[in-house]
Amino acid sequence: MGDRALDPTFISLPFRSLGDAALTQAGELGATHADFRFERVRYQELTARDGALQGASDREDVGFAVRVVHGGAWGFASGVVLSVEEAVRVAETAVAVARVAAEMTSRPVELAAEPIHDDVTWVSAYEIDPFEVAVRDKTALLVDWTERLRAGAAVEHASAYLLQVRENKYYADLAGTRTTQQRVRLQPGFEAMGSGPDTFDSMASIAPPVGRGWEYLTGGANSWDWDAELAEVPELLAEKLHAPSVEAGSYDLVIHPSNLWLTIHESIGHATELDRALGYEASYAGTSFATPDHLGTLRYGSPVMHVAGDRTVEHGLATIGYDDEGVAAQAWDIVRDGVLVGYQLDRSMGAVHPELNPGPDGSGRSNGCAYADSPGHIPIQRMANVSLQPAPGGPSTEELIGRVERGLYIVGDKSWSIDMQRFNFQFTGQRFYRIVDGELAGQVRDAAYQATTTEFWGSMEAVGGPQTWMLGGAFNCGKAQPGQVAAVSHGCPTALFRDVRILNTVEEAGH
Amino acid sequence: MSATAHPPHTLVERALAASTADDCVVLLRDTTSANLRWANNTLTTNGVMHGVEITVISFVRGADGVRSGSVSGTATDPAGVGALVEAADAAARAASPAEDAADLVGERTSPDWTEPPVPTDIHVYDGVAPRLGEAFARAESQDRVLYGFVNHEVTTTYLGSTTGLRLRHVQPTGHHGCTGKPADLSTSAWVGGATRDFADVDPLAIEAELARRIGWGRRSVALPAGRYDTILSPSAVADLVIDAYWSAGARVAHEGQSVYSRRGGGTRIGERLGARGVALFSDPAYPGLECEPFVTADHSGNESSVFDNGLPLARTDWIRDGELTALLQTRHSATMTGLPVTPPVDNLVLSVDGGRGDVDDLVAGTERGLLLTCLWYIREVDPQSLLLTGLTRDGVYLVEGGEITGVVNNFRFNESPVDLLRRFSQASATGPSFGREWGEDYFSRTATPALRVPDFNMSSVSQAQ
Repeated sequence: MGDRALDPTFISLPFRSLGDAALTQAGELGATHADFRFERVRYQELTARDGALQGASDREDVGFAVRVVHGGAWGFASGVVLSVEEAVRVAETAVAVARVAAEMTSRPVELAAEPIHDDVTWVSAYEIDPFEVAVRDKTALLVDWTERLRAGAAVEHASAYLLQVRENKYYADLAGTRTTQQRVRLQPGFEAMGSGPDTFDSMASIAPPVGRGWEYLTGGANSWDWDAELAEVPELLAEKLHAPSVEAGSYDLVIHPSNLWLTIHESIGHATELDRALGYEASYAGTSFATPDHLGTLRYGSPVMHVAGDRTVEHGLATIGYDDEGVAAQAWDIVRDGVLVGYQLDRSMGAVHPELNPGPDGSGRSNGCAYADSPGHIPIQRMANVSLQPAPGGPSTEELIGRVERGLYIVGDKSWSIDMQRFNFQFTGQRFYRIVDGELAGQVRDAAYQATTTEFWGSMEAVGGPQTWMLGGAFNCGKAQPGQVAAVSHGCPTALFRDVRILNTVEEAGH
Repeated sequence: MSATAHPPHTLVERALAASTADDCVVLLRDTTSANLRWANNTLTTNGVMHGVEITVISFVRGADGVRSGSVSGTATDPAGVGALVEAADAAARAASPAEDAADLVGERTSPDWTEPPVPTDIHVYDGVAPRLGEAFARAESQDRVLYGFVNHEVTTTYLGSTTGLRLRHVQPTGHHGCTGKPADLSTSAWVGGATRDFADVDPLAIEAELARRIGWGRRSVALPAGRYDTILSPSAVADLVIDAYWSAGARVAHEGQSVYSRRGGGTRIGERLGARGVALFSDPAYPGLECEPFVTADHSGNESSVFDNGLPLARTDWIRDGELTALLQTRHSATMTGLPVTPPVDNLVLSVDGGRGDVDDLVAGTERGLLLTCLWYIREVDPQSLLLTGLTRDGVYLVEGGEITGVVNNFRFNESPVDLLRRFSQASATGPSFGREWGEDYFSRTATPALRVPDFNMSSVSQAQ
């Protein structure tokens, strides 16, 4: 738990009385499980372009949901009127929905047990609540960024943005768990745009979204170095606009964490969600090649590949005290020595495969990956922070580059895409540098890397040391039907890969 | 479904009256939805949701321009509304002058302004649910596995302003999708579509179609990466043209940063981008795809302006006879570009003069090629050509001698929809379609033909099944 206190304006809302009423009604109607979740989520988005404020909006979602297991089936309903009468009605609706669903549910819902966490609280680790900072100061910062970028000769247009979220949740269930939590996250960024005689391009900040507050933008130990990046991006864009077009072929790649985090997200994070591996996402995002029958044997990557999942790392976007099913946050291995050893679980997945995370009594347990992005959505298994571990005493980025005779060094993320079983992927980046005889030799443009997941991670020869490790992440990962978004972090070091396919995107377009 | 104690239009009136800003726009959206989801021949999750979101946009005039503040929240009573108004008024006073300032839209009234919201609930599936259960049982008995989702949502929007707007619009949005696999998971098929009320959705018919397509998988053919004569289903075409539409912002094009930019300055409006006879347009009154006939905007951006709330929308031709004729505009970007005001509309139609028949007719006319069910994970690779990457999924079929003779492996493609509108060799008639990727959560009101492309770039093979 961080040093900050729960927001008293949230504490004053009537969630306890609504929760008690809803759970009592659900129990009286015969629910074998019932949970109540009350949320207040605040969003603010600011954008600036070419020296002017472009857009500013504030939004707050307040509401609650009741989820039940009745007759072996799920039932879910939500509401926005904050009264005991409405809470009772929503509970009745959830049970009514479960009765309809029971007719089409051939496999009764089972939930892994969880110790009771009675009346616990948790607040994320941030210093300055961004919602307590005047909008005028925030917009002035963003406008200033665009003006500083446009001072660069190659920069014709510049944009900047700041997304901020403060999330408050209260959870209670029939077993007796009650949690009250609060967390803050934000995503700042900017992009410089320019053109040449026959081309145009852009260069964006590589700053990751974080589970931090306003201190991330103000300089100091807990801030990104915005000044340094604002100073260098115009020249980086200028170089990119005049860079030669990459020659397609096979290259050794040194990938900076600001790009590699996204490859981890798509090819490891999503592939090791157990519900996906068991087919529960088959009609939407797809399934996974990493099915449970391969646990302990699937060679995911080279022996230097160690991947862990957690909802505990400080400032992680998926970090929390207790998930949206009342399960305490945990950390666990997903890939060890290159072999698949674990998955991300919620309570129903923990019950399906109890051997994956034995609880205190030996039966299965969730590892705390349930999350709903709003009061109106049902909690589902969402990605934990999934991170590639550095090598203790491992090499620096420069040392990894030094090991390459002919290759590319990739910094910053851009385009991404992966197939429905998490095999075939294709990524681009903010900038690609040629590596010649162990040294950087200028940028190239029009590059993308394409590979099959296990071949790619199998080609990973080395990972950098802790000094190269960075916590990247995504603010809006999508999953499920109806669609939900979740924020998630991925830590990784710089890493070296051999013989990876590089495409020339102009040639791909047939031009 | 419970009705709040305060009719929505009265909450809008209260908000307008409470604002101390110079002007105010209030958007209230009452949304109800119901969904069912299934996997492995059993229902998994479900839900019935009700939300009321109010957006208050306040405008304050000063010597240096007009400032605006937009605050949204859940509010179902006057006290909640009052808090939003207070926050929006304060946000406007604290803001910088808006670059997109314009006169607010004047008096327009919907005849049904005071009508209550139109709800949906779980009973929209009363006709579907029993047949869905039968479909599960039939699939289970014949060694097939079903996964899928149905969603129905109705949003009633109330738009009011201190300049006299009193507009109401009811928008039903529904879709269904079902993936079927044989028990050994060796192949996959998908059937899906948009619907306004589920009266036209028959799970047993869908399951039968899935069984037919799974049957095509009895013969499996491995093909390498390469360029193929490919029939894109209306679903695949829908997803590709939606991306072309979303990328058609006038400001970004004018600033030289999109495929619609003219080298040397300005936009490519007036230039022939597609083949002759190609038309891409939006129309709020298009039968079956009816959508909001006025602008609603919670915030300002490249293609939206809070000052444009209430602007009437009409048929807008984006491409006519292959020529680019309009881009997505706000009044602010229209001033920048010197072009007409053509705001985005929430539907999209692609038609080709002379396009006739359906997918089966295109198959019959193909000597050797591929038929795609749908596309997935489509992302922009290179904005200069609008090169997109993505995957095929749930059915890539081999066509030989005008017939489907087997199933083929999946591929990753790299193609530009702008190029495809020029390169296709044949088109079917236009009909209602549903993009697998974008239809789910973002854009479900489309009508497109199937298109045959003689040299579609399957850049690499995907092992996904």
